[in-house]
Amino acid sequence: MAHGPATLADGWGKYLSRWLFTTNHKDIGTLYLWFSFAMFIMGGAFAMVIRAELFQPGMQLIKPEFFNQMTTMHGLVMVFGAIMPAFVGLANWMIPMMIGAPDMALPRMNNLSFWILPFAFAILTSTLFMEGGGPNFGWTFYAPLSTTYAPDTVNYFIFGVHIMGASSIMGSINIIATVMNMRAPGMTYMKMPMFVWTWVITAFLLVAVMPVLAGAVTMMLMDINFGTSFFDAAGGGDPVLFQHIFWFFGHPEVYIIILPAFGVVSHIIPTFSRKPLFGYSSMVYATAAIAFLSFVVWAHHMFTVGMPIAGELYFMYATMLIAVPTGVKVFNWITTMYRGSLTFETPMLFSIAFVILFTFGGFTGMMLSIAAADMQYHDTYFVVAHFHYVMVAGAVFSGTAAVYYWLPKWCGKMYDETMGKVQFWIAFIGFNITFMPQHFLGLAGMPRRYADYGLQFADWNMVSSIGAFMYGGAQILFLFNVIRTIGWGEPTKDPKVWEGAEGLEWTLPTPAPYHTFAKPPKIK
Amino acid sequence: MSVRSGNGPLLAKLVTLAAAMFMFAIFVLPPLYDLFCEITGIGGKTEGAYTAVAVEVDTSREIEVQFVATKNATMPWDFYPMEERVIVHPGESREVAFYAQNRTGQDMVGQAIPNVLPNNAADYFHKTECFCFNNQPLLAGETAELALVFIVDPDLPASVNTVTLSYTMFDITDRTKVQISQVQ
Repeated sequence: MAHGPATLADGWGKYLSRWLFTTNHKDIGTLYLWFSFAMFIMGGAFAMVIRAELFQPGMQLIKPEFFNQMTTMHGLVMVFGAIMPAFVGLANWMIPMMIGAPDMALPRMNNLSFWILPFAFAILTSTLFMEGGGPNFGWTFYAPLSTTYAPDTVNYFIFGVHIMGASSIMGSINIIATVMNMRAPGMTYMKMPMFVWTWVITAFLLVAVMPVLAGAVTMMLMDINFGTSFFDAAGGGDPVLFQHIFWFFGHPEVYIIILPAFGVVSHIIPTFSRKPLFGYSSMVYATAAIAFLSFVVWAHHMFTVGMPIAGELYFMYATMLIAVPTGVKVFNWITTMYRGSLTFETPMLFSIAFVILFTFGGFTGMMLSIAAADMQYHDTYFVVAHFHYVMVAGAVFSGTAAVYYWLPKWCGKMYDETMGKVQFWIAFIGFNITFMPQHFLGLAGMPRRYADYGLQFADWNMVSSIGAFMYGGAQILFLFNVIRTIGWGEPTKDPKVWEGAEGLEWTLPTPAPYHTFAKPPKIK
Repeated sequence: MSVRSGNGPLLAKLVTLAAAMFMFAIFVLPPLYDLFCEITGIGGKTEGAYTAVAVEVDTSREIEVQFVATKNATMPWDFYPMEERVIVHPGESREVAFYAQNRTGQDMVGQAIPNVLPNNAADYFHKTECFCFNNQPLLAGETAELALVFIVDPDLPASVNTVTLSYTMFDITDRTKVQISQVQ
């Protein structure tokens, strides 16, 4: 217990094997976070290619076939490579420190669940350099586009999805085991911090639906290679079945992405409002309600597939019902801020922007949930704008806020506040310039996933592309700020870092020692 | 605090849950989906061969039956109904034919997949004989008249006056290589 981790001073071999064989939750959390940032940059580069091509009507830079690969890979890499591992990384770092545990419950499995991820994405990305190109059927990979008409490299894609699914399932099992078995004495369920609560619910969602995704790609694999006809009408199957199975996974998946983000914001807003979180227990119940509802609304992604009216109405009302627990959360955050002593450090700015923009994305979600109106909005840029408001301004803003909030705790050094604020404003303005016009484009009828568009869409597309380049630039500033902090940041020794911070993790010394809570703390 | 189960039993439970969900996706969801469609008629799937039972022909009702023939994306055959629409009385047995020609220079096998609209008519459209019950091997250049014998059930909901039967012809040559060699 006394010895610390190997550093570069111990030689490259030792340093490398420290990271390869580590079972320390903080090391693995760090690995997850860096991996997710690398994927974020790669997925972002794909997005830049997309926006550069859409800067003007007509084909300028790339071929339509490559454009399709870019949209597909952007979605896959961002969802499975950037956002999900980022929150798993935060969970690894923070959950043991928040519940007073010395480490994760299953540390060796923790190592495995991280180290298979780079292979999954190496397999997936390598297809871009193969004959026939990478996956080009959209991140939702609807059959028969992803089976009968898919490039031969689809098998690599399928194995990549299998591996990342296995990684997610193992990560989730670990989180559930940690939270259930390793809480400090006195840490009852209803005393757990919100981030722990949202993550344990997310972990259950993951264990339940990632195998369904694995099942979907397995059926694709069998249809393509072994002559079955799950999704092939010629053999008595049904392509619509694919959509049902995919969205049975896919809708809980969007809450898997956003629930940990809710948890992060539920820590940051009380800290910088210097007030306890308003309505803690209602937050817990709302999270559980959202998770439950996420299993029974999947077909609102496929209103245009030809459902009977009773089905459309059921899925419409059930979807609208989700606005109730979500509204509870939003109002709780606002009430937490109400009459608080607010200060606006970078994490708080990102969190407030999260609340505003996520609510905005929620409202467009309500518009999309109206089955009759969805006939118009379906597969237009309105949908693209909607899910980027909840995914980017939701999950990514919250992840950025989390990094700024906890980075001083992790490395004992302060980030540059001015640079953080500059990054926030560039990101906030750039984000809105990118995605606000996409609402207008969608309402005017511009379909998504096309490499070209009619001349009437030219102006807003150019605006959107300019915003995208701005937003992309903000991420470079983010990377620079994080590296500068770790290397040359102003040291801080204050265990609390933030004046209003509450919770077990802030009782530890700063920077957080390699091993913490070897003896469980006493919870009042 | 209540007694906590160890990591081992918890791990076993969660792995079982994950494995069960995988099995659920592959072995339960597809049959469940088919069953759901069959009960509700939503997929427009018709039943298999129907054994005619003696029913009185309801001459007071006239049902228009329309035929649609579609070729799936890569299917090069000619394929169309010989009659585009017929008027039948419920309970009456009627034979119609579809024309198919393999204009390519290769022997091919096709498979027609039926679909009935409106959804609530699917259960009342019976086929006593149909080329769609088997696949259709056609030699290079060969033509065929594909027969269909159907009966519209007298219990057809009163709101339905027109039934559309659509066939999509799929090219299944690749998946029936073995059978085609037997045909020749």
